[in-house]
Amino acid sequence: MSVAQATSPLSIKRPSSLTRRVSWTRAREQIIRAVLFLCGALSLLTTAGIIIVLFTEAIYSFGGTAFFQSVSITDFLFDTVWAPQHPDHPRFGILPLLCGTFVIAGLGGLIGLPIGLASAIYLSEYAKPKMRRIVKPVLEILAGIPTVVYGYFALVFVTPYVLRPIFQTWLGFNVDIFNALSAGIVVGVMIIPTVCSLSEDALRAVPRGLREAGYALGSTKFDVSLKVVVPAALSGILASFLLAMARAIGETMAVTIAAGQQPRLTLNPFRGMETMTAYIVNISLGDTEAGSMEYKSLYAVALSLFVITLLMNVLAQWVLKRFREVYE
Amino acid sequence: MSVTGRLREPALAKRHRIGKLFEWLCCGSTWFGVVVLLLLLLSVGWKAMTWPTADADAADRAAAMKTDAPSSAAATSARPLSTRFLTSYDSRIPQKAGIKAALWGSLWLLVFVGLATVPIGVGAAIYLEEYSNEGRWKRIIQVNLSNLAGVPSIVYGILGLTVFVRMFGLFGHDGKVLDLNLGFTVLAVPLPFERSVISGALTLSLLVLPTVIVAAQEALRAVPSSIRTASYALGATQWQTIRHQVLPAAMPGIMTGVILSLSRAMGETAPLIMIGALTYLARCPGHIDSVSSVWEHPTGLLEAPFDVFTSLPIQIFNWVSRAQPEYDHLAAAGIIVLLVVLMCMNTAAILIRNRFQRRTLW
Repeated sequence: MSVAQATSPLSIKRPSSLTRRVSWTRAREQIIRAVLFLCGALSLLTTAGIIIVLFTEAIYSFGGTAFFQSVSITDFLFDTVWAPQHPDHPRFGILPLLCGTFVIAGLGGLIGLPIGLASAIYLSEYAKPKMRRIVKPVLEILAGIPTVVYGYFALVFVTPYVLRPIFQTWLGFNVDIFNALSAGIVVGVMIIPTVCSLSEDALRAVPRGLREAGYALGSTKFDVSLKVVVPAALSGILASFLLAMARAIGETMAVTIAAGQQPRLTLNPFRGMETMTAYIVNISLGDTEAGSMEYKSLYAVALSLFVITLLMNVLAQWVLKRFREVYE
Repeated sequence: MSVTGRLREPALAKRHRIGKLFEWLCCGSTWFGVVVLLLLLLSVGWKAMTWPTADADAADRAAAMKTDAPSSAAATSARPLSTRFLTSYDSRIPQKAGIKAALWGSLWLLVFVGLATVPIGVGAAIYLEEYSNEGRWKRIIQVNLSNLAGVPSIVYGILGLTVFVRMFGLFGHDGKVLDLNLGFTVLAVPLPFERSVISGALTLSLLVLPTVIVAAQEALRAVPSSIRTASYALGATQWQTIRHQVLPAAMPGIMTGVILSLSRAMGETAPLIMIGALTYLARCPGHIDSVSSVWEHPTGLLEAPFDVFTSLPIQIFNWVSRAQPEYDHLAAAGIIVLLVVLMCMNTAAILIRNRFQRRTLW
């Protein structure tokens, strides 16, 4: 940062005799500066907006009743049934939704994190420039494909042509048409580009000298890659993992399409599950009256989702800062 | 590695074998992404080119959803993806359905997201890079931006639903209509905005703003400070320097970032579903369904922002969630159109980047 400060235009001293004079040019400069500041502050306003909206509808409402003013927070966190539509005894236990979210994100992580890291290692340590030129754009395309397309792919290709032949025909499991595994697989594919590009940046930032020292001590390329370069870049890799998992948890359309709409407390990946994001989508698809409990539960679920992803993002930034190895 | 053959020491040979195995593993992982992309494109392309025949799995799916067996309506076109598909509205009969309304809706969204994000995003980036002097504000905004970039898109949808669609319920249950007299016509602006193009566009704008700002910041940072110093030396004020020297130099980078962000906004589905864009719709916003219709009723241009809409990914989701197997094939055709549009935008971004990278010399 100190370099940027030294070259910043403001470090050039402006003559003070001119600063005193009031003129249209000077006023205009100030007005423009204020307008630009407002543009920057809009992002703060967005954050404030998100927090205020979630808070007033979920935790404490000044006019009406918020979600947690009618449902106790212990019921919300520890009840095992999520049945907001039940006419007589609606129950709001978020555990089934959390379970769906974490099973799918976990499956996605199991697939996406190792593959993403391995391809990052390959691109930074092994690949020739020509190979990089082919693979990098493909990863960029993968990152740019809308999530609704991934959901479609899971539903019409992964489940009928990959999962069912393997797990149902050969191994005898009962694979639902909407299942957590197909959603997990496409979420895994979706986070590969995130993990790969962020980890690759971290790996490439490791100075050459460290690698050469490893070779000088008689290490093979495998030893250098896995025992020198990866540990040296660990903070960046961990941060990329956390960001990717936050993305997997917040992923919406693919899991809505592929995993179905049944809130279930199960670890069986061949059953359909509902994630927090899918619940939010499904409620907004129906004709839910604004102000009803169902409608408010939307905000409670969104608040949980927001808190979880925010924690993971903050943790990622903290890991980056705390464990960063500085070479020079 | 011919080294392995010459080695006498078995332990070292084993290490090389492990190393080789590891390299193949990494290489395989790298190609995994390529293979998946190919599979995806092939399966979607195949679905988009055929109507279902006795498609066993589709019938199975229809049965699973407890709906009617696939209808055998007479096909009006040979395959789902055709010119008719681009020029007709959604329909209850799959063979007649098309994506005209979705295309126009997406176009309107694109225009308004662009109009909202470019000035605000670039303005914020200029403030952060050129004005704020590494101060507290810059740090706060910067941290906030990286956190906002990680917020799931559906949360933005909830924000949009509350702020733009309902406006906190400030305007009562039925809302109000603000009649703006523009002289030549009276424009009816519904308050709150409800399920209109403007609600969707503003929500998407908030969503992509962090990415636009970060991209514009990088472009501004790439402009060497000597350009600024030279401009100051000639007596220019800070804004004159930015306006006439820094911005033109950073423009290609900014444009690339903006186009990439817009293509992300185009593919977003969840926030738009949140604000209620998923409806059966057989007309375009403002009844503008062709370029010539703009001449016939130009006021449609003013009505369109406040009209209901649908967009490409919404239409695709709509078809995916219908039970009849024909709609799966329509969805595939829609996906092909969406991917082609996105590919065009990304290619434009890359072309701009490459063209101007070669020209700038400093």
